[in-house]
Amino acid sequence: MERVEDERSVLAWFLTGARGIFSLPAMILMLSFVGFCSLTVQAGVPPEQVVFMTGIVWALPAKVILVSSVLSGASLATTFLAVTLSSVRLMPMVAALVPELRTAKTPTWLLLVLSHFIAITAWVFAMERVQKVPRPHRVTFFAGFGITLVAANMMLVAIVYRLVTDFPPIVAGCLFFLTPVYFLASIWNSARHRVVYLALAAGLVAGPLFYWLLPEFDILLAGVGGGTLAWLAERFWRPRREAGA
Amino acid sequence: MWLEGWWAYVFIAIAGWLATDIWRWLGVLAGKRLREDSEALNWVRAVATALVAAVIAKLILYPNGVLEQSPLWLRLGAVALGAIAFFLARQIPAVGIATAIATLAAGLWWRGF
Repeated sequence: MERVEDERSVLAWFLTGARGIFSLPAMILMLSFVGFCSLTVQAGVPPEQVVFMTGIVWALPAKVILVSSVLSGASLATTFLAVTLSSVRLMPMVAALVPELRTAKTPTWLLLVLSHFIAITAWVFAMERVQKVPRPHRVTFFAGFGITLVAANMMLVAIVYRLVTDFPPIVAGCLFFLTPVYFLASIWNSARHRVVYLALAAGLVAGPLFYWLLPEFDILLAGVGGGTLAWLAERFWRPRREAGA
Repeated sequence: MWLEGWWAYVFIAIAGWLATDIWRWLGVLAGKRLREDSEALNWVRAVATALVAAVIAKLILYPNGVLEQSPLWLRLGAVALGAIAFFLARQIPAVGIATAIATLAAGLWWRGF
């Protein structure tokens, strides 16, 4: 009897996660994929490969770099290097999310499999929503969201590839702008630790600064430099008794 | 010239899948060692947030596509007005997002986009 109840609740939490497909971030991401589709049509990438890429690479910035690198005639090794360097940021993102998702009993292989579904939108969404999910069900909730989001975008890409039309400029501009604005509001809204506010501010300043100084590694340096600075500042200003606890 | 046949799939698997999932796997292995109340997790959280913030700043300052031709003051103004609305409305994300986008749309229209 109890087992049946348990299974029902696993399915229910998976579906709760899957329902995230109707959220604002999922909609914004799907619109970005429409934009990616028009890039691949112009580049002459066959639709089967675009669908394959969407499922297996998932992170949108990595795919844009992959496509533009191949177009510029880069070799396999050069392309691998370009995509690898741009994707280092996934590591701290995943490392920050895993302690929120797992319980002591969550198997490592499951986390390794589910980590594939983490990219910037899923990360922002999960960091915000997972707090309201009881801990034993968080992994299931995330699986429901992540798997549904990837599957939906694979289908979307397959369909949209044949009907890509360009949006009017104002609409295209506003769609593009939704991404940074949504990320800002969501990170601020979901922050439960003071260090997150400081890191957000530090990254906003450090990003353009390092883009100006060392454009090849700007995001990575801004993250490690700005993040460490924010962390140090927060430790320094933290009230004594809290730090001692 | 785009890639053809089975080579395309091998290419995408190595330069796309392996190149991204390596970092996700390393993230899982590192994240598993982090205790939820630890100082190390606080640092990782700060670094991850700053990374995403740097991406946000780049999207706003150096956009591609249509917005490349839009003035910087318009993009910054839209974000600033969005932020003001967000805090006035007791930090409801939808209010901030809608204000920023409406400001941008009005500005683009006014500039003749």
